[in-house]
Amino acid sequence: MKKSINGSTLKKFITLALTFAIVQVLVSTNIINDYIFSTLATICINIILATSLNLITGFTGQFSLGHAGFMSIGAYTCAIITLRNPTMLGFVIGALAGAMLAAFIGFFVGLPTLRLKGDYLAIATLGMSEIIRILFINLDSVTNGAAGLSGIPQFINWGWLFVFTAGTIILLNNFIKSSYGRACISLREDEIAAESMGINSTKYKVIAFVTGAFFAGIAGAVYSSYYYFLEPNLFNFQKSIDILVIVVLGGLGSLSGSVIAAILLALISTYLQSFPELRMVIYAILLIVIMLFRPQGIMGSKELSLTVFKKWTRGLRDKKNGGVA
Amino acid sequence: MPILTVNKLTKAFGGLMAVSNVNIQLKHGELVGLIGPNGAGKTTVFNLLTGIYQPTSGTITLHQNNEDIAIQGLKPYNVCKRGIARTFQNIRLFKDLTVMDNVRIAMNKNTNYNLLQAFAHTKAYSTEEKEILDESIELLKILKLEHKKDELAKNLPYGEQRHLEIVRALATKPSILLLDEPAAGMNPAETAQLTETIYWIKDNFNLTILLIEHDMSLVMKICERIYVLDYGMVIAEGIPSEIKSNKRVIEAYLGEDTENA
Repeated sequence: MKKSINGSTLKKFITLALTFAIVQVLVSTNIINDYIFSTLATICINIILATSLNLITGFTGQFSLGHAGFMSIGAYTCAIITLRNPTMLGFVIGALAGAMLAAFIGFFVGLPTLRLKGDYLAIATLGMSEIIRILFINLDSVTNGAAGLSGIPQFINWGWLFVFTAGTIILLNNFIKSSYGRACISLREDEIAAESMGINSTKYKVIAFVTGAFFAGIAGAVYSSYYYFLEPNLFNFQKSIDILVIVVLGGLGSLSGSVIAAILLALISTYLQSFPELRMVIYAILLIVIMLFRPQGIMGSKELSLTVFKKWTRGLRDKKNGGVA
Repeated sequence: MPILTVNKLTKAFGGLMAVSNVNIQLKHGELVGLIGPNGAGKTTVFNLLTGIYQPTSGTITLHQNNEDIAIQGLKPYNVCKRGIARTFQNIRLFKDLTVMDNVRIAMNKNTNYNLLQAFAHTKAYSTEEKEILDESIELLKILKLEHKKDELAKNLPYGEQRHLEIVRALATKPSILLLDEPAAGMNPAETAQLTETIYWIKDNFNLTILLIEHDMSLVMKICERIYVLDYGMVIAEGIPSEIKSNKRVIEAYLGEDTENA
């Protein structure tokens, strides 16, 4: 038993190390140029945002439209700290401080609003995110208002992107596979039954919400340090919807689904940049088509794993053999 | 020795008295039945006992370790933490989760590792998760569900879903178990089997059981005492043979004119 656990940990570690090394080589040899790297950065940021929103909406079943708000808190906090202290340490402190502050705000917003259900919660979180945006517009002295912050020191390279993205996925996956994660999932399935089985619904909703907000803050910090420019309107209602689209498309309750959808959507929208006038039309049509044929999302609530892959290839093989016979 | 005392419990929905002035006492290790015609308020009593409804008036007292704990008005998860577990009349499993997860979720309240240990999957996490896994399998074995541990709960046959509800309730380590129509929809053979199981878990888990049931043969056979509810009031209380011949009970079930009953 123990050996197999070590074996799977080792496999995971090797996969991670390989992913990092291959991309690192591609970046150093300039096969991944600045243009491709910006897509890569978008993908990583969107993965962090989507997986963390998936924890709130997909796993715990709490419909939140305020993720851009938490992201903006992380982005502004990290930007303000790195502008005053433009060192690597400043960036790390900024990112952590941004995430903590987002989590803190998430706690105070979540405590009263998570009593609401469904649509009402969505409206409350949407309102929260708009309040944060308006605050950033009006806090001229700190955030430079609507003009935004520019010249934020850029510390994001592939190494940091990888650490933050892989770290988020691993930590969220660990959370979901724990007693805490199971409690969150049980709330999505049947809140009354869960409460009757000793699950404190408010506690676990708040934990999921705060955790989601924390990682949204991380995503914001990465964003600010990569794009070195921030303005409050980057984090409007549209941004929250964009993240939600990735989550729904990938599958509510599937981390790997969110990862796949984030990659897929970034690739589609990068490719469509060659057709600027039709870009949003094609993008929207694609979304409609995918949702029509796969309403549960790309992965449903399943996770991509080697066993699934094996089953799938075996299925294909069986089909092939059956066809021959 | 009483373990649960319900005193003058009343629940009004607007002008409707769903439950009025109900007194129930459970002694340690008893198996008590709660019967009554449809709409008599049996499930409402369960919902009051487990905190899903807040009573309009009355008290529910749990006697544990020589302490009297008032549990009326507590949230369901707190009631569960005090040791009262239940099953549901209309099955409320976590349908899209596996059988194993259904049981493991019910063990949440007895899990000790903290949030950071969960994020980092530390040694405390793996040790305790292994215990949870082993314990779940032991519990599933009682109702012969262990070979179905990886199936989704919704794919189980109806009878096994009822069994899984019982296993899930046991996983919370209760001292009092409330069973809401455990034999509903089962055939006589399955009911007989269930009867054996209920006896077995009562003795092996040192439980006190309160049971709602429509199947009179089951109730009369296994219950030591029976409370009869009608229109939200207790109209009779006693051992099965007394209840069988109680005039008010027969009236409640068959109507007023009972010359031929």
